[in-house]
Amino acid sequence: MKKGRFGKYGGQYVPETVMPVLNELEAAYGQYKNDPAFQEEFKHYLDHYAGRPTMLYYAEKLTQHYGRAKIFLKREDLLHTGAHKINNALGQAILARRMGKKCVIAETGAGQHGVATATVAALFGFKCKVFMGALDVERQKLNVFRMKLLGAEVISVQGGTGTLKDAMNEAIRYWAAHIDDTYYIIGTVAGPHPYPEMVRDFQSVIGREVRQQIKKETGDRLDYLVACVGGGSNAMGLFYDFRKDTNIKKFGVEAAGRGDAPCDHAMTLEKGRPGVLHGAYSYLLQDDDGQALEAYSISAGLDYPGVGPEHSYFKDVGIVEYVSANDQEALAAFQRLTRIEGIIPAMESSHALAYLEKLIPQTKPDEVVVVCLSGRGDKDVQMVAKALGEEIE
Amino acid sequence: MTRLDKVFAGLRAAGKKGLIIYITAGAPDTDTTLAAVRAAEAAGANVIELGIPFSDPMADGPVIQEADVAAIRAGMTVKKFLQLVKEIRKFSQIPLLGMGYINNILNYGQEAFIADFKAAGLDGLILPDVPHEESGDLRQLGTKEDFHIIEFVTPGTTPDRVQEICRSANGFIYCVSVNGVTGVRKIDYAPIGKVAQLVRQHTATPVAVGFGIGSPEAAVEASQHADAVIVGSAVVRHLLDHDIDGAARLIASLRQALDAQVK
Repeated sequence: MKKGRFGKYGGQYVPETVMPVLNELEAAYGQYKNDPAFQEEFKHYLDHYAGRPTMLYYAEKLTQHYGRAKIFLKREDLLHTGAHKINNALGQAILARRMGKKCVIAETGAGQHGVATATVAALFGFKCKVFMGALDVERQKLNVFRMKLLGAEVISVQGGTGTLKDAMNEAIRYWAAHIDDTYYIIGTVAGPHPYPEMVRDFQSVIGREVRQQIKKETGDRLDYLVACVGGGSNAMGLFYDFRKDTNIKKFGVEAAGRGDAPCDHAMTLEKGRPGVLHGAYSYLLQDDDGQALEAYSISAGLDYPGVGPEHSYFKDVGIVEYVSANDQEALAAFQRLTRIEGIIPAMESSHALAYLEKLIPQTKPDEVVVVCLSGRGDKDVQMVAKALGEEIE
Repeated sequence: MTRLDKVFAGLRAAGKKGLIIYITAGAPDTDTTLAAVRAAEAAGANVIELGIPFSDPMADGPVIQEADVAAIRAGMTVKKFLQLVKEIRKFSQIPLLGMGYINNILNYGQEAFIADFKAAGLDGLILPDVPHEESGDLRQLGTKEDFHIIEFVTPGTTPDRVQEICRSANGFIYCVSVNGVTGVRKIDYAPIGKVAQLVRQHTATPVAVGFGIGSPEAAVEASQHADAVIVGSAVVRHLLDHDIDGAARLIASLRQALDAQVK
């Protein structure tokens, strides 16, 4: 396999300006990933700051509701800042500090990765700029203020359509102009090499913990893994350790949005074609001319027209099956978990939960399912109220 | 010798500096683009870079982003770009290079793109999101077809990479004057001057400096380090404002300034 490639996917499609800094990053990560001191420091912050290991919770009530396979929830929602994003933000911040960088930048859509980055920047004393599409800034005022409280500067990106894809373009442009002192913390398993591999490594703690925890719970019995896929970092984090366990079926759930028309969904792997966006060759939602399309989902964390290149590889070789859930199904799953288990899930994670409606009826009572509950739903309450026709002020 | 090679050989023989003008195809419409190419050639441009608009132009600053959005909105596509090249070839033999992003090329098919566009009269491609590491297939196809794949160096390109890049260079080497995106601004040309010097140690391929150049003074300054200068955003700004005459006057003033320094 070529450097930085997963099969034919991945690569480094970036301006020449960025190449020296990618090479520097690759060398630094290559050095530190096998450095016990680095790994120990990372583990320290994961355990004592973020709150790892996260629980593997047996959702007994949800299991009874369906009356088939045992359902476990991997509780990434209980982490500091409320989602799995902090795992990766901590890993990259520790790396940035060791590389001597003074400033960190990030792109964000809904604001979860922006908040995670602003958080680690506060902790480690980095200057922090978060790039966010103008439309998202308007839609996610609470997270914008949260980032400001944490000391980050939020840059509203006017270009394009003012969403995540434009925020990422602008972050790359800023990075190209400030490569000497700035570290770019990409929030998902996308972007140019070495990001997909590095972010995967920082998130793969999710799957490793599940493997340990399931032993105690079921004595190694595990049949299905389910996670939502936008860029794909929580799904990769869950699946990666199990990639060679062919007896365990893995489902990545994309957002089917409000319909099949272009720009009405975010089913990159199901409806896209391979192409290049933001530095990597991967499945991409694009028109006949090769222009990237806007993605849509009720969940602001899933509406990205690209996807991590390793997911494209996993799709092609059949390691993971990629399926989808639409806005309404996710909204129903959001309410179901809230009412049955007393856990309010993020709308992103609700897409994974929504797939249980299709999966569980086909399972047997002695089978075991683990769902990645990648984030908590507090941030989505206002939007859900609106979708349900409730007025809150 | 390609059209581009002949132009650079002619400039060298005459002791003149080259002027490369970037125009986004179809911004704000194709008639403006055709008129702008005519006007640019008449005003003294030696090479035209014709921008293929992309939805996510991550190497470009605000002006060319605006032009890409305007062009796509006005209906520019890769197929229409092909027609535009054919139209230009009806009245001009000026070297024409397509400047765009790899996804449009991959979507068309790399081999088909080079075959169709070469036949239409395009002389090569400049792809700012394809560094040397990713351009192998294209370069191989390009060499076979005498179709230039232009390579980049920047002030941050390490000496070993400069050497590697020079090994396969053809047409000219695009020296990015400054870390960052396209767009007019005040620039210290000394750092890229050093890299350009290094380039010359490895290759006789001409050197062109671009990014940030918007005035005759800046063009003269940048040309001290190069065989040619590249001007884009300043021209495109005029075109977006439907001011073809303004673009022509700017290009003429650049030409005059570059020629005035020739002994």
